[in-house]
Amino acid sequence: MTASGPEARYRGMYLIRRFEETLLDMFSQGLLVGTTHTCIGQEADAVGVIGHMRPGLDQVVSNHRCHGHYIAFTGDLAGLAAEVMGRSGGTCSGRGGSQHLCRDGFYTNGVQGSIVPLATGIALAERERGDGAITTVFIGDGTLGQGAVYECLNMASLWRLPLLFVVENNRYAQTTPVELAVAGTVPDRARAFGVDAAHVASTDVEEIHAVAGEMVEHVRSGRPAVLSIDTYRLRAHSKGDDVRDPAEVDARWATEPLAVAGARLDAARRAALEADADRELAEALAVAHASPVAVLDEALA
Amino acid sequence: MSPPRCGAELNRGLHEAMAAFPAMYVLGEDVLDPYGGAFKITRGLSEAFPDRVITTPISEASLFGVAAGMAIRGLRPVLEIMFGDFITLGFDQIVNGISKFREMYDDQVTLPLVVRTPMGGRRGYGPTHSQSLEKFLMGVPNIRMVAASEVHDLAGLMTAAVADDDPVFLIENKVMYGRPNLRPVDGRIGELDVTESGGPSPALTFSGSGFTEAAATLVAYGGMVPIALEAATALIMEHEVFCEVVAISGLLPLDLDPVLASLSRSGVVVTLEEGTLTGGIGAEIAARVQEQGWDDLRRPVVRVAARDGIIPSAPTLEDAVLPGVAHVTRAVLGAVGARA
Ligand SMILES: Cc1ncc(C[n+]2csc(CCOP(=O)(O)OP(=O)(O)O)c2C)c(N)n1
Ligand SMILES: [Mg+2]
Repeated sequence: MTASGPEARYRGMYLIRRFEETLLDMFSQGLLVGTTHTCIGQEADAVGVIGHMRPGLDQVVSNHRCHGHYIAFTGDLAGLAAEVMGRSGGTCSGRGGSQHLCRDGFYTNGVQGSIVPLATGIALAERERGDGAITTVFIGDGTLGQGAVYECLNMASLWRLPLLFVVENNRYAQTTPVELAVAGTVPDRARAFGVDAAHVASTDVEEIHAVAGEMVEHVRSGRPAVLSIDTYRLRAHSKGDDVRDPAEVDARWATEPLAVAGARLDAARRAALEADADRELAEALAVAHASPVAVLDEALA
Repeated sequence: MSPPRCGAELNRGLHEAMAAFPAMYVLGEDVLDPYGGAFKITRGLSEAFPDRVITTPISEASLFGVAAGMAIRGLRPVLEIMFGDFITLGFDQIVNGISKFREMYDDQVTLPLVVRTPMGGRRGYGPTHSQSLEKFLMGVPNIRMVAASEVHDLAGLMTAAVADDDPVFLIENKVMYGRPNLRPVDGRIGELDVTESGGPSPALTFSGSGFTEAAATLVAYGGMVPIALEAATALIMEHEVFCEVVAISGLLPLDLDPVLASLSRSGVVVTLEEGTLTGGIGAEIAARVQEQGWDDLRRPVVRVAARDGIIPSAPTLEDAVLPGVAHVTRAVLGAVGARA
């Protein structure tokens, strides 16, 4: 995304929101197979952090809940839609699907924690290349249970890797509340390895963008950092699996990122941004729909 | 001039590859000089190339993934895993990462990485430092696996592994490190004729001078190669049974052609491996031999392997469990006898 500033960030979050709502609609209509994990409610993390990434230089590594990160980094709605739809025009020609994406310095994988070593190696390679690129890896609160995360915090600190760990604490790992899975605090865990950490409890993209900016500067100076964001997932873990108290979820809609950022916009301007994003999404979906279904390469069969 | 030691040849290969590939990095535990790795295979590298040799914490679960990340971004990491037993810690990264990235990401990335690690027992290291776990890698798609043995061009295997744009697991052997690297001279090693195939994972076929037939084909790799050769010699001297020995290095993809060629002269295949029997390399060879060499087979393929259990530490117990020369000769005599 070339444009920056609050309006662009609002539009970016809106685009992610509408994209993922469209996916959920398509699932409920039986138009999609497989699975998906939406970041509805967490869009401010993707847009706020990735707004500081330099496309074509920086590297982003993400997890199962990756659509928002992918769209914020690449802007490639059509490729992602086609990938999820199993079309040959998809980001990975239908080989990866929703949680196994790769494009222009963006990588995701579906095993919790396994992406952190990958990101560590990428950051090491970038440090050796010496062109100032940083690597950002996104993990969830539940993934803090994986030992590889701490092996990598240790190595990142020892080797002074330009690596930003972003922990999106949405309070749940599938159904498990964070209180049952994570002892202590994220910043304390980071500091145990001599890694600087910042914590922000917010769904305000401007607030996240500001804190992320400081951490990204820090990482560009050649030290790893951890950014811990308290957020909330508003829809099911994947398509329909939700055992949370509906009242708890409802209360969180009041502070969802679009409401927070949208309230600061002039109503007409907001409507215009949304209409423009809707048009972009419709065009991208049309491209994806027109793409032929993926067929197995003769050579691979 | 006596031949160089295998460990020194592997070390030479690493030095040559470091000089040839500016993107090559060596990483692993305790790889720095003056120590140069637990088995000294990385000796001299950190002095010669201080910026490209990285000593790591004991973090195998992550190190395979770190190497993958480096490779995805254009470096050529060579990861030393101190003992082959510890590849188990890296299996998530191997199976869900290294094996998948290139194909899953629609060939947008390559992974020119090498994992090198010593397998094998016979040194009394006990159950967790003596295993031959390469069979667990056998079922992993999209990787190459090369087993080094003392009759192979070890420096050449190393440089070929580094040159490869796909992930290569180079299986070394602890006993081999200290033994001479025996290379064919005028098409012979000792009393036996040798033919060697080409490519990055060559096979050597040993046969009796002037023989066009054999009683059996012994297929061996890694640390079982010297045992196969010793058994073949004993079978000639003590039983007048002439065998061919095919020392393969290509485990993935499995290098079957030299095995089938030898089978066409012998009619009998005996596979040798130091790992435990069930689900092993021999099972895969047997399946492929019966698919592709059925017409030449005169009896079922015989597998020689370790028994399905631990590798005990006491030398007497270890000797009883790991397949040795006596196990191999007994198996061959059984196979040849059944044929008569
Ligand atoms: C190693 C592993 N274990 C289990 C899963 C199944 N799984 C997928 S997402 C998830 C929860 C992850 O929680 P968190 O890290 O908090 O991320 P969130 O889903 O909340 O974004 C689980 C258990 C997995 N993908 N990988
Ligand atoms: Mg979570």
